[in-house]
Amino acid sequence: MNWVVVVAGALVGAPLRYLTDRAVQSRHDSVFPWGTFVVNACGCLILGLITGAAAAGAASTHLQLLLGTGLCGALTTYSTFSYETLRLTGTGAGLYAVGNIVGSVIVGLGAAFLGVSVAEAVWS
Amino acid sequence: MTAPDTDSLRAPVGTSRPPAWRTQAPVVAVVAAGGAVGATARYTLTLWLPTQPGGFPWATFWTNVVGCAVMGVFMVVITEVWAAHRLVRPFFGTGVLGGFTTFSTYAVDIQRLVDDGHPRTGLAYLAATLIAALSAVWLASAAARRVLKWRQS
Repeated sequence: MNWVVVVAGALVGAPLRYLTDRAVQSRHDSVFPWGTFVVNACGCLILGLITGAAAAGAASTHLQLLLGTGLCGALTTYSTFSYETLRLTGTGAGLYAVGNIVGSVIVGLGAAFLGVSVAEAVWS
Repeated sequence: MTAPDTDSLRAPVGTSRPPAWRTQAPVVAVVAAGGAVGATARYTLTLWLPTQPGGFPWATFWTNVVGCAVMGVFMVVITEVWAAHRLVRPFFGTGVLGGFTTFSTYAVDIQRLVDDGHPRTGLAYLAATLIAALSAVWLASAAARRVLKWRQS
């Protein structure tokens, strides 16, 4: 059952990343990979909420596997983040590469902390 | 870098002749299938290498580092040598590797370590993953390019 739940979450999360990325990328001309940046930030916020809810006893194991491991895990990506950072350095946009690393980590962590705090405030 | 365009990870945008959904539906389907494969592999790894409370999250660390290394090799192969079917990149790059690696678990793992009173482990994990993952994608793509050059000469 656990496997089925993880797969179900990923079947939604991965295409959601692809479609969000395309939608974001078609709306700007910058070389900055805003698409991946946005999905990673959103995924961190959602996983923070689920983790906070689980800590408060408001999210079952299956819900954590479905939305956390499956959906958020597949929605967010480290490999594309790393590859796009490497591409930025390769095209001479070194400052964007540093901005992508620092920005993704700070915003991702901020979103995770925010999600956990909000969930704990709501459910505990 | 013999540069493909910056959008090289994304599937090529279809021409306006066939309706967009007809070119996009198969891409979305293979991204979903690949994502399911990648996420299953990541979940398996977390069962093999369970993280102790307050301990270093090795399963997610290795998932992200290995996924980045494979991405480095795959993108060199697919952009520079292999004229693959148009669904190969979305399936494997966007789907499998994107679904395998995770940024959200990385961030929330750090949050939990800090919250549970292990800020130093959290900071070490934050820095180690960044350094190892970025080095992995860089070294793997450089190595792949070197092997290809050597084979072609």
